[in-house]
Amino acid sequence: MVVWTDEERAAISDIFSKLDYDDVGPKCLSRCLIVYPWTQRYFGAFGNLYNAEAIMNNPLIAKHGTTVLRGLERALKNMDDIKNTYAELSILHSEKLRVDPDNFKLLSDCLTIVIAAKMGTAFTPEYQASFQKFLSVVVSALGRQYH
Amino acid sequence: MSLSAKEKVIVKDFFAKVSSRSDEIGAEALARLIVVYPQTKSYFAHWKDLSPNGAPVRKHGITVMGGVYEAVSKIDDLAGGLLTLSELHAFVLRVDPVNFKILSHCIMVVLSMLFAEEFTPQIHVAVDKFLALVALALAEKYR
Repeated sequence: MVVWTDEERAAISDIFSKLDYDDVGPKCLSRCLIVYPWTQRYFGAFGNLYNAEAIMNNPLIAKHGTTVLRGLERALKNMDDIKNTYAELSILHSEKLRVDPDNFKLLSDCLTIVIAAKMGTAFTPEYQASFQKFLSVVVSALGRQYH
Repeated sequence: MSLSAKEKVIVKDFFAKVSSRSDEIGAEALARLIVVYPQTKSYFAHWKDLSPNGAPVRKHGITVMGGVYEAVSKIDDLAGGLLTLSELHAFVLRVDPVNFKILSHCIMVVLSMLFAEEFTPQIHVAVDKFLALVALALAEKYR
């Protein structure tokens, strides 16, 4: 069972309350595809991913980035039972999408970096610690149904 | 995964651009390392003050960032150029190389925080590769 301190809950709520999903989602996913190009393997049907500019201007990637980020809202609303909240999504990612679970960590690192850019110095070390803890719980829950 | 000529230019230019704040970057990155990854404190048990904003942490962050800049100047031969530092880390400090990766992440979070406009995805990938190669060069003498 994950234990959250009041400070951690407050930090995570604060970060999400300031989040513009339509901006951060696309930035996060496109950054992941640029910084870790092998992740493009899952996006064969998404059109032009030929270079960084193409990826950053790709509307299908942008839309999908928002979708993925919205998925985090489930964890935010169920922080005390993230494991079960993601059971279905975990099966989706393992059996239908067949995403290597290592990719979840790559995407979450990119998300941390995008949030740092948005928040600047408001993204304190304590905020970073809380946010990364939250993301690692999500990543772990998404990886649970793989076998 | 080696750096292309273009990426070397990107890395050198970017680090030159942010060099006036390199002390701040180093101090902030190390502070984050010990707050976000508390297990790293095990390497600093000999310091009386392990608070993230305390003098020892900030001073050491500056030292480490100095090392990163040295690596930038030796970007064409990291393994050769960082030989002494590798021996230091391998035989004296014995830092588990997994920590190089997490410090690299902390450095990039700070770069993104302080230079949001400049730390574009294109620069991010070049810097990520560079820091990974620095880590590899540092681990050269480990075994």
